[in-house]
Amino acid sequence: MDSAGEVVNDGKITLEGFTVAARAFADKWKRHNLSFPPWSWIPLINRTMLKKEEGYLSLEKIIILSSLEESAEEESLDVTADWSEKEESVDLTVLVQNVEDEAHYYDYHIVYSASYMVPMLYFRGYSSDGKPLSLDVIKRDLPSSSVSLLLESKWTFITQEEHPYLNRPWFKLHPCGTEEWIKLLSESSSSDGCQIPVELYLVSWFSVVGQVVGLKIPREMLI
Amino acid sequence: MIFVFQVGELVRRKGSVGEKRMAVKYVWEGAIPLQIHLHKSEVASHPPPPPALVLAPRIGYLPLLVHLIKPYFKDSLPPGEDSIWFDYKGLPLKWYIPTGVLFDLLCAEPERPWNLTIHFRGYPSNVLIPCEGEDSVKWNFVNSLKEAAYIINGNCKNVMNMSQSDQEDLWTSVMNGDLDTYTRLSPKIKMGNIEDEFSRKASVSSPQSRQGGTEIDVAGQVKTARVPVRLYVRSVSKDFENLEDVPEMDTWDEISYLNRPVQFLRKEGKCFTLRDAIESLLPEYIRDRAQRSGEEGEQRTTDASDVSQETRGELKLVRIQGIEMKLEIPFSWVVNNLMNPEFYLHISVLVKEPQR
Repeated sequence: MDSAGEVVNDGKITLEGFTVAARAFADKWKRHNLSFPPWSWIPLINRTMLKKEEGYLSLEKIIILSSLEESAEEESLDVTADWSEKEESVDLTVLVQNVEDEAHYYDYHIVYSASYMVPMLYFRGYSSDGKPLSLDVIKRDLPSSSVSLLLESKWTFITQEEHPYLNRPWFKLHPCGTEEWIKLLSESSSSDGCQIPVELYLVSWFSVVGQVVGLKIPREMLI
Repeated sequence: MIFVFQVGELVRRKGSVGEKRMAVKYVWEGAIPLQIHLHKSEVASHPPPPPALVLAPRIGYLPLLVHLIKPYFKDSLPPGEDSIWFDYKGLPLKWYIPTGVLFDLLCAEPERPWNLTIHFRGYPSNVLIPCEGEDSVKWNFVNSLKEAAYIINGNCKNVMNMSQSDQEDLWTSVMNGDLDTYTRLSPKIKMGNIEDEFSRKASVSSPQSRQGGTEIDVAGQVKTARVPVRLYVRSVSKDFENLEDVPEMDTWDEISYLNRPVQFLRKEGKCFTLRDAIESLLPEYIRDRAQRSGEEGEQRTTDASDVSQETRGELKLVRIQGIEMKLEIPFSWVVNNLMNPEFYLHISVLVKEPQR
């Protein structure tokens, strides 16, 4: 634990702090971010050896639509090439079907890292038949700004790792130096340079991290 | 080469640097004899090839053995590209877990040789993260090293600042089981050792104590430190008499994996034992809690005839580097001598679930 017994210290957060921050984050999201479903707190009580207060945040089955038009266009080009002899109506039928098939679903989990004492974002994408999406496909769904950030940056990158609790491969967003930019955020946002209050820790964290995966949070949440 | 040694012996001899090196040497030399069978769906030759016999270093990883195994089977394989994975009795093996840990965890009753199946096709990518041979294993190793460095020192600087060639040499020394080279290079990461009066080295040239995430008290002694630990907990619902009665594992969901540092506490005159370390991670499974100071205010009894003993969970087995550990051993000794090269201590635990 931290030397001063503080829940948020030096940009890092304790396990207890994370639990509090997670609940606060989920509440604010529910109140202010109505275009999205709410986050759920998944407790880890089934694993009998862990204390009851442990868990992670889950937001699942988010449909990313940005790739639909793009792929629809590509598909139609291909379709036209293949079906050059067929009538227009057949092309449209095939096109509509492809649009539905191209819906990408995303699950996001915010998990606490006891080693680094900061949250981590895990996510995965899959198509409507449940088949997992590769990182290349996922990158096409990300906002173009974050794709260039990922390619150029040393401090944030996506790796495929095993989910800490679910025994499945997920993608993890690695914001190196999380505690440093959280510190910067807290210093700039308050006049006396105090720590971020624990209730706002995850909100601040997500305001940066969420943008990488195209999830924006409304300003009202930051108050 | 199967080693069993009296851990108690080594601890009692208040070690000089030389004694300590002996325990570490045993760890690095520890190996598991494997008997590797090609999966029958991939046998394209008649008669089918006999199994490969390979000695796997405990501190190594299964993908690193492929170059030894493949020659046995290459003539039997169907055409196509390789995507190699292993299974034990149908359970796909996580390639990034050190071989020794897999063995200690999955074989309650040690099986010698350990019979594994190798596949060259049909990688189960829905359950296993991809593995592109040595590069993937190395990446995983360096990542774990960074995480351990962060836990111990509060930052990854020392690992990040290592020169490329030093990092390469360090990794190569682990791959080859070259303890001498590793010992020469590892001080560059400045991970130090946990020391308390129960593990103090007699020699003045003992390695530097841990810095950073460690608190030092007035006398310059380590007060608290964070220790990188990976705990693998397998639970059974029914009690058993012999280890061979422990049922087989069907899925990894039967294991609780805790990648969580242990907060090492040094109190004057009181030894922080392996029991203390495990209790901090698994409080529900340690008995005799009422014998500790009454400050906790919890309603547990230690009456041997108490019925509630059966309903409580029970720690059946604790294994580190293949050794069944006595819980009273000083935790600092365990860490300093039995950790893996990436500075993580891997602990396999078998528990009986509490009855609810």
